[in-house]
Amino acid sequence: MADPLLNVEDLRTYFSTEEGVVKAVDGVSFKVDAGERRGVVGESGCGKSVTAMSIMRLIEPPAGEIVTGKVEFDGRDLLKLTEADMQQVRGGDIAMIFQDPMTALNPVYTIGDQLIETILLHQDVSKSEARDIAITALDDVQIPHAGKVMEDYPHQFSGGMRQRVMIAMGLSCEPKLLIADEPTTALDVTTQAQIMNLMLELAEQRNTAVLLITHDLGVVAGFCDSIQVMYAGSIVERGTGDEIFHNPQHPYTWGLLGSMTRLDESQQERLNSVRGAPPSLINPPTGCRFGPRCDFAQDICREALPILHQSQEGQKVACHRSDELDLKSIAIGATS
Amino acid sequence: MTDIVQQGETTPNGELPKDVILRVNHLVKEFPITRGVFFKKQVGAVQAVSDISFQVKRGETLGLVGESGCGKSTTARSVLRLLEPTSGEVWFQGANDDGSIDAPVDVASADREILRGLRRELQIVFQDPYASLNPRMTVAGIVAEPMTVHEMGSPAERLERVKHLLEVVGLSPEHTNRYPHEFSGGQRQRIGVARALALNPQFMVLDEPVSALDVSIQAQVLNLMQDLQDEFGLTYLFIAHDLSVVRHISDRVAVMYLGKIAEMTDRDTLYDRPMHPYTHALLSAVPIPDPTIEASRKRIILEGDIPSPSNPPRGCRFNTRCPKAVPGKCDVDTPPLEELEPGHWVSCHFPEVVQVV
Ligand SMILES: Nc1ncnc2c1ncn2[C@@H]1O[C@H](COP(=O)(O)OP(=O)(O)OP(=O)(O)O)[C@@H](O)[C@H]1O
Ligand SMILES: Nc1ncnc2c1ncn2[C@@H]1O[C@H](COP(=O)(O)OP(=O)(O)OP(=O)(O)O)[C@@H](O)[C@H]1O
Ligand code: SF4
Ligand code: SF4
Ligand SMILES: [Mg+2]
Ligand SMILES: [Mg+2]
Repeated sequence: MADPLLNVEDLRTYFSTEEGVVKAVDGVSFKVDAGERRGVVGESGCGKSVTAMSIMRLIEPPAGEIVTGKVEFDGRDLLKLTEADMQQVRGGDIAMIFQDPMTALNPVYTIGDQLIETILLHQDVSKSEARDIAITALDDVQIPHAGKVMEDYPHQFSGGMRQRVMIAMGLSCEPKLLIADEPTTALDVTTQAQIMNLMLELAEQRNTAVLLITHDLGVVAGFCDSIQVMYAGSIVERGTGDEIFHNPQHPYTWGLLGSMTRLDESQQERLNSVRGAPPSLINPPTGCRFGPRCDFAQDICREALPILHQSQEGQKVACHRSDELDLKSIAIGATS
Repeated sequence: MTDIVQQGETTPNGELPKDVILRVNHLVKEFPITRGVFFKKQVGAVQAVSDISFQVKRGETLGLVGESGCGKSTTARSVLRLLEPTSGEVWFQGANDDGSIDAPVDVASADREILRGLRRELQIVFQDPYASLNPRMTVAGIVAEPMTVHEMGSPAERLERVKHLLEVVGLSPEHTNRYPHEFSGGQRQRIGVARALALNPQFMVLDEPVSALDVSIQAQVLNLMQDLQDEFGLTYLFIAHDLSVVRHISDRVAVMYLGKIAEMTDRDTLYDRPMHPYTHALLSAVPIPDPTIEASRKRIILEGDIPSPSNPPRGCRFNTRCPKAVPGKCDVDTPPLEELEPGHWVSCHFPEVVQVV
């Protein structure tokens, strides 16, 4: 088997705050293959963005620190690169797009200038070649009149158009990995459909691996090959879309799916809400972090932190009781 | 049975079917567009709500969906007269504990005195659980505020009611002296709900009450809203842009596009047999959390963006993006909202049932 494109091992990223140390990412390991589309899901604050920012080495010192871990990309440990080498990786081999494109676009430069600058930074081409690449990139993301749009400023665009520009910028240097952090969360649903459609087409065409971060399980269902579910700083379940959606093994994943309203379900009964709220990352519960909200918690759960292991069903799961629990047979909504 | 007032027809004063709690007729809300920094001059108007009519039955939930800027919040605020409607009528027909029905009152033209009484019956919960609660007030103060304003009960009685309301929405009555920042998003939304319930209203507008919340917390709040509706016989106008949430919570649904109602019908008809091309596109865009289903779905991908409401397209407002638009017709004539089947209202020159979900 070929080496994975990205290999994250035991990543721990902490922030020191007045209240204490926030263990935002606390022992995260995963691999992404070339061309694979991986979804990272979980509720607000579970560490999705910090995971991405750690991979890109965008964690701001001194408050934030990658305490331990390895981030191997294409054979190199990114955490060991010089800042200058890392700058080549960012926007080059790894591109990133964010929820709010305005944070990444400079309001005082034209779209064209910003695209050309990115291309010149990462590719050995002349300015006029960079211009051609930029126009092609805008064409590729289906922005009409690309040549003219080059002269426009970011504020002249709608949210959806800006996100297209970000995708154009991200893909202009033909990255091997695209990290998209909630790329459609701020957009309307019809615009989201446009953007996800576009990303899928481009990623497939170019065999670009994608790490798609979202809190929307629906979005990953149509886009991703594999999914990892995060809870309170670590991965609690990882598997194929089929495994995660049709046969969840972790009580949290199972609860999340039960909490969702579905477009194709005409049910007006109560939802199976996961009770309580996510735990503090400064003083997380001992043992399983999901324990205080879990309907299946037993003594063992309070004593030891479950580690991610192979389940009988195929996926990886971090739950002491996953093999004995038969979540499939428990009607969603039966407890709580 | 006519579900809403026919286009062009106004409600005869004082005559509404007994089971109707709210009827909105030809509601229009314009915002002025001004130029100039010192001497503001009006140079035009945004018609955020453009002649819409609908009614809500007592005890039901009407879902109001549509994309950002289509006028959902403006509609709700004009109905409650938190905004002055430019024109139109908003008939509220309240009921009493003994089951008797009051004469309908037009909220849009009610004087201050009457409006003050109506305020007790009509309440709103806002989207943002962070911005909508005064950070310097305790929970007790926030929840009691409407009762204080309406001089309801003694301070001790109010505190008792606050405690009761906190329990009703699933918060600990011991938390009365805490401040909003000490609560999570879902808990703050519960505080907002408790406040809205304080005066025992009959009609509640829920403006994106769960949009800012994570799914597990969203589920908790949706369950709460349903329980409260059952317990207190509340009527909801539930605003959301999430069509899955709306399907779950609503009895009937109205889809808005650029200040107008595109389609309105009962919940299952809207999702199973939608007739308006915009509804088709909207429904087909919503992802379903199931990879097998997603793999077999065909998306209707709309071209372009929503036009600006300050300069809406001529004719059908959807014609610039509609895959079915017929030039010479759709960009000339405005399609009226018509009842094509009993209770199924559609505003399209070429309506057609398409199954998208
Ligand atoms: N600069 C920082 N200082 C202190 N704590 C931080 C900082 N950045 C992130 N955190 C904390 O780290 C945790 C993980 O944050 P992260 O942004 O990764 O969450 P997320 O899963 O991306 O959530 P969301 O869905 O809301 O974007 C949170 O509890 C957050 O408060
Ligand atoms: N106070 C105001 N002054 C001027 N224009 C306004 C004002 N309030 C709303 N608008 C405009 O009216 C239109 C409808 O806005 P509204 O807030 O009702 O939309 P919405 O459907 O609630 O959108 P969202 O889903 O984003 O909440 C928008 O174009 C908006 O810009
Ligand atoms: S380890 Fe225990 S508490 Fe944690 S998810 Fe599994 S059963 Fe629940
Ligand atoms: S009237 Fe024409 S443009 Fe409007 S929705 Fe119907 S077919 Fe489309
Ligand atoms: Mg994030
Ligand atoms: Mg709104």
